[in-house]
Amino acid sequence: MGDVLVFAEHQHEHFPKSTLVAINAGLEMARKRGAQCLVAVLGENVESLAQQAAKYGAAKVIALEHPALKNYLADAHAQALANLVKSIGAEYVMATATARGKDLMPRLAARLDAPMASDIITINDDGTVIRPMYAGNGMALVEMDGPVKVITVRATAFDAAPEASSPSPVEKQPATLDQASLKMEFVNFNEIKSDRPQLTEAHIVVSGGRGLKSGENFKTVLEPLVDAVGAAMGASRAAVDAGFVPNDLQVGQTGKVVAPDLYIAVGISGAIQHLAGMKDSKVIVAINKDEEAPIFSVADYGLVADLFKAVPEMAEEVRKLKQS
Amino acid sequence: MKILVPFKRVPDPATTIRILPDGSGIATDNVKWVINPFDEIAIEEALRIKERLKTGEVVLMTIGQSNWQEQLRTGLAMGADRAKLIVTDKPLDTLTIARVIAKVVAEEQPRLVILGKQAIDDDSNQVGQMLAEILGWPQATFASKLEIEGDRCTVVREVDGGLETVAFPLPAVVTTDLRLNEPRYASLPGIMKARKKELKEIPIESLGLDLTPKLRVKELKAPPKRQAGRKVGSVQELVKLLHEEAKLI
Repeated sequence: MGDVLVFAEHQHEHFPKSTLVAINAGLEMARKRGAQCLVAVLGENVESLAQQAAKYGAAKVIALEHPALKNYLADAHAQALANLVKSIGAEYVMATATARGKDLMPRLAARLDAPMASDIITINDDGTVIRPMYAGNGMALVEMDGPVKVITVRATAFDAAPEASSPSPVEKQPATLDQASLKMEFVNFNEIKSDRPQLTEAHIVVSGGRGLKSGENFKTVLEPLVDAVGAAMGASRAAVDAGFVPNDLQVGQTGKVVAPDLYIAVGISGAIQHLAGMKDSKVIVAINKDEEAPIFSVADYGLVADLFKAVPEMAEEVRKLKQS
Repeated sequence: MKILVPFKRVPDPATTIRILPDGSGIATDNVKWVINPFDEIAIEEALRIKERLKTGEVVLMTIGQSNWQEQLRTGLAMGADRAKLIVTDKPLDTLTIARVIAKVVAEEQPRLVILGKQAIDDDSNQVGQMLAEILGWPQATFASKLEIEGDRCTVVREVDGGLETVAFPLPAVVTTDLRLNEPRYASLPGIMKARKKELKEIPIESLGLDLTPKLRVKELKAPPKRQAGRKVGSVQELVKLLHEEAKLI
């Protein structure tokens, strides 16, 4: 049985929770397949970062280094990772379905002539996986053939890997790259800075929809509630389409999938495509003036009210509660 | 500049999806079929590039049965120049689909392939990236802005935590995100003209590819349904319940 190799995404010299999720899913696959789980950290100079990844119980962490891997670019990363997969003979290559995982893994799969299952939520003992289709309206049992299989996992479907009792060995390797074939160039990254928790990692998410009516109202009406409850802010596709907020905040089939302890949907009707991104939240609250809105069919607590009255009131109530 | 836009036919996003009791797929009676919304954005972007450069050709393609002509005609009515339908009734996996498109690329020699980031039926988000690798071309997924100057393409990408800009020489593959543009509707003259535009059917067998899928959906099931909870009467009651019952605030 071939081993499992996990691609460990990092940003700002740090592993986001989604990377620990990938490692945990990789460990689960390895356990179920009687194989070892290895972790690959790609970059220019990533040995110390690889030491951090060594805390989570992998059989080995490989620091795969090359100057061309300094910034993430799909062509160089896919090539370096594919060469590593071949050299260690891995059977499963796994990553989390983040923007980067989604960008890289299909390119890697094509390079390895391997099938790929995206955004899986369950790993079965026989190596088959379950993944949502049709915006979560169908759960597909998927079987893959071939010596190598590529998988991305849904970040909300697996826990982050806990720290293990002893660190994994770390091995530094130069990446093999045909530099003449690399044509992509990183220009810049324009980070959207926020003091709030990350949308995909937050315990509480407050999302706004078209009902907010403007980007200005996101700031003046929704944000005070977001901050009163200490939440991350999200939005429906309709609000993104209308230009109220950046796409980075979009929750749904074509945006981010979240599953916080508490999800508060404000002025969101609850289209199928939005529900696909939040219906696994533990507790869902809906505030909407239309009592027929589909969002109420998944909400644990529904409040039929004018959001422009209810939301400031709620922010005030929560602040009072926290002060008492 | 020649631009190829491959698209997929999917159920209208407003359609209620019903899973067949035997787990073999979805019920297709009463389904309205449309161009995958992200692919529609791709068609629009290709048309805008052609309009901006005042030269070039937009070629559409899809892989499916003969009655997928309807969606190709819709794309032609939006303004695309001609279309190719690779005819098959077999289920194909993403890697095979990317290979079929690569065959069309080899024949058409476009400078740019634009397609949606994902099809809203199987939600895989794979074909563009696979195609770029098969061709050995640069890729820019999740594009929210695309600029072409001579042979150089600069793309702003929607990624986690912000916007990333990448640049590369053409030819290349770009996949679209929501904010790239708002697709136009086909005009009446556009619809009339589309009837006369070239639409070529090509049997998939003529491409000489091994079509055996390496990935198969063995069963499709409906997910467990979430139960609706209760309505509350006031903000005060809501906050009290979240504090005392759910213990989340």
